[in-house]
Amino acid sequence: MTMGAPTEPLTCQQLVELVTDYFEDALSPAERDRFDAHLAVCPGCEYYLEQMRITMRLVHESDGLEEQPEVAALLEAFRDYKRL
Amino acid sequence: MSEAPVQADLLTRLRAGDEQAFKDLVQRHHRTMLAVARRYVGSRAVAEEVVQEAWLGVLKGLDRFEGRSSLTTWILRILVNIAKTRGAREARTVPYAALAGPEDEVAVAPERFRGPSDQFTGGWWAFPDDWSRLPEQALLQRETLKVVTDAIEGLPPLQRSVIAMRDIQGCGPEDVCTVLEISDGNQRVLLHRARSRVRAALEDHLAGE
Repeated sequence: MTMGAPTEPLTCQQLVELVTDYFEDALSPAERDRFDAHLAVCPGCEYYLEQMRITMRLVHESDGLEEQPEVAALLEAFRDYKRL
Repeated sequence: MSEAPVQADLLTRLRAGDEQAFKDLVQRHHRTMLAVARRYVGSRAVAEEVVQEAWLGVLKGLDRFEGRSSLTTWILRILVNIAKTRGAREARTVPYAALAGPEDEVAVAPERFRGPSDQFTGGWWAFPDDWSRLPEQALLQRETLKVVTDAIEGLPPLQRSVIAMRDIQGCGPEDVCTVLEISDGNQRVLLHRARSRVRAALEDHLAGE
């Protein structure tokens, strides 16, 4: 995806495609400046960024919801392993 | 988890036959192992078998594990070897788009943004909601987390593997690349798309809260 000339401001539509790179610290310094400059004047994208942060946190939290796996057979194997 | 002293302590306990330590280890990795296995095999049932086999492989190799990689990475590499073999036996040739999602997938539907004929091309039509004003309990309640797990379940297998390893298991990008044998750039694209899909599902659910 083209992000326009380096000096052109980012649009919101372009920014949303860069958020993961932003969180991963994978933007070049120039790209990061454009990103921050846009955020400074765009509440919508600030809300979007926060939505992404919350999403990442909930993905991590969602692990607690899952059924625990059957470990009985594996515990047997574990006891056997110690007997070797 | 990837800190050396924590891992060394865990290894000591496992090698001493500490059953609770082993049980915790299995439970802590279960979801991610399933996700990674499903990148290679067709059904969840087969993936469950692959995961069980992988643990047997882990036990076989546990005394020899030198701790050069993280324990998680080592466990997942054993899993991938078994999953690949099992997947090959199924003669499973899946087009890449079926594993990774469409080539031209975007994070947010284009109709959310003003078009070329508008003065503010590319700008939001309507701002996304401010989730920071939602009470914590609305976010953490079972219903909301179920939306998240359902969204993850609906992801293409490679997207699911990456988001599980990065955001559930807490693996770093290098470990994801090593385990899944993909480039860093690829890993980031898959993570981006996975997170974007989950966010969109959450947005639908939380709209009007």
